[in-house]
Amino acid sequence: MLLAAPLVAVALTLAAGAILFTLLGYDGAGAVRSIFVTPLFDPYRWQDLLVKAAPLALIATGLSIGFRANVWNIGAEGQYVLGGLAATDVALLTHEMEGAWILPAMVLAGILGGMAWAAVPAALRTRLGVSEILTSLMLNYVAIQLLYYLMRGPWKDPMGFNFPQTVLFSASQTLPMAVPGTLIHWGVPLAAILALAVWFAVGRTVAGFQIRVVGLAPDAARYGGFRERATVWLALLAGGGFAGLAGALEASGPFGQMVPAFPTGYGYTAIIVAFLGRLNALGILVAAMVLALTYVGGESAQTAIGLPAAAVGVFQAMLLFFLLAADVLVRYRVARSAAHGAVTPAAASAPAGGSAAEPAASKRRQPVEAA
Amino acid sequence: MFEITRRRLLTTAGSLATVSAFGLPARAQGKDKVKAAFVYVGPVGDYGYSFAHDQGRKFLEEKLGDKVETSFVENVAEGPDAERVIRQLAQGGNDVVFATSFGFMNPTLKVAKQFPDVKFEHATGYMTAPNMAAYNSRFYQGRAVLGTIAGMMSKSGKGGYVASFPIPEVVMGIDAFTLAARKVNPNFTTQVVWVSSWYDPAKEADAAKALLDQGVDVITQHTDSPAPLQAAEQRGAIAFGQAWDMSSFAPNAHMTAIVDHWGPYYVQEVQKLLDGTWESHDVWLGMQEDVLEMAPFNPKMPDDVKAAAQKIVDETKAGTYEIFTGPIKDQKGELKAKDGERIPDADLLKLDWYVEGVNA
Amino acid sequence: MSAMLLISVVMGIAGAATPILIAALGELVVEKSGVLNLGVEGMMLIGAVTAFAVSVHTGSPALGCLAAMLAAALSSLIFAVLTLTLTANQVATGLALTIFGTGVSALAGAPYVGITTTRLGSIFPQALAEDPWLRVLFGHSPLVYLGLILTFGVWWFLARTRTGLVLRAVGEGDEAAHSIGYPVLKIRYLAILFGGAMAGLGGSYFSLVLTPMWAERLTAGRGWIAIALVVFASWRPAWVLAGAYLFGAVITLELQSKAAGFNAFAPEFLSSLPYLATIVVLAVISAGRRSAKTRAPACLGRPFRASA
Repeated sequence: MLLAAPLVAVALTLAAGAILFTLLGYDGAGAVRSIFVTPLFDPYRWQDLLVKAAPLALIATGLSIGFRANVWNIGAEGQYVLGGLAATDVALLTHEMEGAWILPAMVLAGILGGMAWAAVPAALRTRLGVSEILTSLMLNYVAIQLLYYLMRGPWKDPMGFNFPQTVLFSASQTLPMAVPGTLIHWGVPLAAILALAVWFAVGRTVAGFQIRVVGLAPDAARYGGFRERATVWLALLAGGGFAGLAGALEASGPFGQMVPAFPTGYGYTAIIVAFLGRLNALGILVAAMVLALTYVGGESAQTAIGLPAAAVGVFQAMLLFFLLAADVLVRYRVARSAAHGAVTPAAASAPAGGSAAEPAASKRRQPVEAA
Repeated sequence: MFEITRRRLLTTAGSLATVSAFGLPARAQGKDKVKAAFVYVGPVGDYGYSFAHDQGRKFLEEKLGDKVETSFVENVAEGPDAERVIRQLAQGGNDVVFATSFGFMNPTLKVAKQFPDVKFEHATGYMTAPNMAAYNSRFYQGRAVLGTIAGMMSKSGKGGYVASFPIPEVVMGIDAFTLAARKVNPNFTTQVVWVSSWYDPAKEADAAKALLDQGVDVITQHTDSPAPLQAAEQRGAIAFGQAWDMSSFAPNAHMTAIVDHWGPYYVQEVQKLLDGTWESHDVWLGMQEDVLEMAPFNPKMPDDVKAAAQKIVDETKAGTYEIFTGPIKDQKGELKAKDGERIPDADLLKLDWYVEGVNA
Repeated sequence: MSAMLLISVVMGIAGAATPILIAALGELVVEKSGVLNLGVEGMMLIGAVTAFAVSVHTGSPALGCLAAMLAAALSSLIFAVLTLTLTANQVATGLALTIFGTGVSALAGAPYVGITTTRLGSIFPQALAEDPWLRVLFGHSPLVYLGLILTFGVWWFLARTRTGLVLRAVGEGDEAAHSIGYPVLKIRYLAILFGGAMAGLGGSYFSLVLTPMWAERLTAGRGWIAIALVVFASWRPAWVLAGAYLFGAVITLELQSKAAGFNAFAPEFLSSLPYLATIVVLAVISAGRRSAKTRAPACLGRPFRASA
């Protein structure tokens, strides 16, 4: 049942996409084939998919923790950038050094950098009640300007002809390959392991339970004595930490240096991944692969049938539209069949209990009252 | 969806640090047909930098007909995404891959090492390998023509420059523009406004308007959208197109444009592959090689200005005019090049100072 | 600062503020009804490309504006069906709408790259609109005046009309509104369509007034500013107006100070000013926010299902 919605959504996207692009004068069936099918039969493309999916899965895993608690961190892009910058800072400071400790230090700095950037919306929401949706989003723009500034001035490679980029990282600063002879670096298995770890933690630990309860029923959470303020902090720091980790891994892995083009929209795409994966760690791993497929396949489709790059966005949007629609239809059935049983997520997330639910909803954008 | 993420850092650089990679030099061997692929940093619909490269690709198809088969990938982010696309193109049986943005340099080099039998050509960078060539255009030569027109036509003696990021190519353009303008009007000054974006039409238009409000009557730009031109058109000022003839956007304001004319170079390179004579190289081309052209002068331009502008074009083509020839002073008045001394290419390619008359 | 320069600055501010103002007013009505639509940027792009295409084919920019409203409203219908009828998550659906609008506008706009069209002209006689002094009153684009009228209209509708009252009631308590017989879903559908039309009109400002042309991602993120503005204004139309003009002022003064040769700060710092300013003002307003009037609609972002 849980699988039904994503599968239906993918099927509908393929069908609607084929029709839409045929109407627009392209080879619709060819578009669908070269985006969604051809790459799957090419072992090289599988490497590309895994490498592209890893940061998406990492960031989405972190975001899903917040989304479960109804904390809407739209600022993963900025947190990813800050993670990359913090790792780069360590790399530049240790450029003359060698040692196995350097790479872990970079990764740690990245996590802390992402957390620090996420702490701003967390503090503003818990202290002043400012919506984290907007502050985290605004900080994305600021993070990118900070990156531009550092690339243009302080961190510019002195031997780099005044091009705005840092030196290439040394061997001790570069993420090694997990599978020698391929492109699959250690970030790929790490993303999978961490997603599973979070899946376990959210399902099995008290903190995870708290997050789920705060998200589903803030009222009940207050009665239960959970601290909403702490949950907001946890949710944002987790999102920032994961995004920062992804930034550090991308900088030390595939990029191998810091460049102005470092932000590539992973922070935004990861939001789709989180929803496509139903905020579930296993789902997120699959969703990250599907989104990676739209990018990698989209590039093939450009060369194979001359499909414009913008088509990828249309496919991604349709995928999400259909998933959200199918999701609800499936949820309805679950809710109905469980009507006599336990409270289902569907029932809880769409409160039908009249005024009792109202304060719960009103908490969404409101100052968090003292715990 | 979020515009800021993918900007090319269009830069220029040259031939100094040639990086040699392993892999054997290609054997001379002709072909009947060449498969060529192009990688663009922006959408071909930007009507600016990537658009101009794609016009070059179309020119190539037109000239060589069925001896060439081309494809392209647009909107490619610099970094790992570019590496993946370039590798995919190399695996896809292309004989040559043109990577057209500075930020594609390291990714291209990586892939070039893995595919010694495929040729790579990288625009505006400084790395080469036995199977990876570098090519670049002397955009600043066109800036000198614009500066001459600006210096002669400006009544206020103040020009406005809507600029993206202070990288060597942009700095070079600002300096060349100002040097040329001051040759005809020694009091000419250039006011630069950095918009910190390659493409943000609203901000570019507002920047141009702000400059016009401050009394400039010439607008030039190193950003990709025609928005500054349209702002100049609305205010009755003059302006110049960027990368392509943009006169359709501003029939009165558009005096001329620097046209990136990559087509002839692409034809030449593919022809070399057909003949089996391709060799790695590092070239910085310009008007002499027809890679850079000026769009037709606006009929509204006074005849003496037309003549002076055409003279710069002719002398540049003849190799007798070089804007970066001393005496050149920087902003602080310090002499950077003595009378008759030419700033060497190596220094130009990492230029980071402004000449007298620039306010940046 | 000379008087002429001051007039120019004022006109610059009005120009920079107007598209955000119009889009934000639409979003305000949507949010007042209890729905959060993050698809503004996508709808603005759909509006921008439609306005341009229709203007090119008919030669009438005014018709282009109308078509932009229609097209963007149609795209908002996707959002409405998903979030209202199918009770899908509003944040995710809104994001999807932005991605959709960005992609669709790029595809649909491809044939229109590289051409221009007639600028949406002034509604006043040329003598008034181009007078060096009077232009401060008469020289603006019609959309600038429309933005002011819409601000008043939206305020009047929400504060003084019965339908406005119902809309607010729906936003504050959908279950309660439903139980007294208000058509919750119908109201929200209409609010979303209005929001879409306004986003489309705001988008048309880019392709018909600011820069009469089409290029991919023409609005360059202004839709997100519009959403921020609604919260910034604590869901009050007059404050949306003030916020939009403040934002316009920050952008205009940033560029004016650079154009005047003031370069004590790194350009990157000035470029991030509008975003930092938004955060600071949000914080200040939230810190001083005590009265019930300034609160978010109680049901914002929450799905409603007519049960029971």
